[in-house]
Amino acid sequence: MTQALTVSEKHPESAVYRETLAAGEPWLHEVKAGQTLRIVDLEGNQAVDTLFYSLHDPRERFDPQRTLRRQQSLYLTSGSVLYSNLGNPMLTIVADTCGRHDTLGGACAQESNTVRYALEKRYMHSCRDNFLRACAHDGRLAKRDIGANVNFFMNVPVTAEGGLTFEDGISAPGKYVELRAEMDVIVLISNCPQLNNPCNAYNPTPAELIIWN
Amino acid sequence: MTVLLEETVPGGGHASLIVKRGQSLCITDIRGGANVSVMMVNAAEKSERLNLPDSLKCQHTAKLTTGHCLYSDMGRVLAAIVADTCGWHDSIGGVSNAQEVFERYGAGRYQELRNGFYRNGTDNLLVEMSKWGLDVSDLLMTLNLFSRIDVTSDGALAFVPGNSKAGDYVELYAPMNTLVVLTAIQHPLDPHPEYSPKPVKLELKESHPEVAEICRTACEENVRGFINTERFFL
Repeated sequence: MTQALTVSEKHPESAVYRETLAAGEPWLHEVKAGQTLRIVDLEGNQAVDTLFYSLHDPRERFDPQRTLRRQQSLYLTSGSVLYSNLGNPMLTIVADTCGRHDTLGGACAQESNTVRYALEKRYMHSCRDNFLRACAHDGRLAKRDIGANVNFFMNVPVTAEGGLTFEDGISAPGKYVELRAEMDVIVLISNCPQLNNPCNAYNPTPAELIIWN
Repeated sequence: MTVLLEETVPGGGHASLIVKRGQSLCITDIRGGANVSVMMVNAAEKSERLNLPDSLKCQHTAKLTTGHCLYSDMGRVLAAIVADTCGWHDSIGGVSNAQEVFERYGAGRYQELRNGFYRNGTDNLLVEMSKWGLDVSDLLMTLNLFSRIDVTSDGALAFVPGNSKAGDYVELYAPMNTLVVLTAIQHPLDPHPEYSPKPVKLELKESHPEVAEICRTACEENVRGFINTERFFL
């Protein structure tokens, strides 16, 4: 693979917000137009499942298919613009030391875990439970608002034959992705608690979230 | 098997119907080169919707063809692809909106073109979904039947012309009552310079669970998906 990695000039000391999100936790936060959000994979190969909504009209939200066809490429990396379902740019990836992020794999859920792994896996924690919990407390979003998400730090290549594989080994401790908000957005994250998938070495780990003005 | 309903959707047209548990919907590309953009929901609980990411990762595939299931976000099978003569249906491209259609084909208003005006997949699906109380929040990732997008190792996307020939068909068996919303509209990545969406034939048929065995037994995941689906009707 030949991703162009882009390092940021920003220093955490000048950030206006900095928080470590433990594995398996949700995070719902506003990021204003012009602000920059950095997501850090602190220990490596953690999936950070992320959704974006317009703060002023949450019916406008991240549209993965539009984003992919606008850039004519399957993977998100530096320079990728995340488009909304109304065709507007929501955020731009301005720095990326990982190089590839997934938009096809979606989030784990109790129900999809029963299909993917075993019926008795239903009671394990999942990203959708995190999304729903954060939405239920926030009040602005609900199940209908949960569509396909970005999986930051996940490598999910499509083969020439149309196969889909979850592959290991792109991210590493301290790798990060940085997004500049092009509009005021609500960012909804689940720091993925999946314990059944080798893509995170069966070991969910913390992520750090940093915001600059 | 008994055909209950037969209808032609003209190029640019949109339609919706409930495919009841045990029925199948056969969609035929009449002239070749058709594309049908599809959204599905559980007719009894419309917050349960087609979830393409779950469908793809549960079956380790990006393309969809015979043997694959279309999963809802609740781990149930909204439809099973029990027959397919074209071999590849696209999960990546989605549907264009009015601006993208204008950028590709230019202006095509009803004022001048009457019912030949330039429609777009987003508005077509939204209009049809609105008739069932669904809105833009429910327009998730859509399936594009009869189209193929190839992905190179570095991620570049390429539309493959000629994926579907005249007479090619795909048959969707419904193991639950599934509301299917569709539009026969050009794929957003189809490089053809003219607005020229192709017609398709819809046939709703009585069917039988046996036809879906090819999907149910295709992988362990689908065995469990069908168990989840059956449990909805206990």
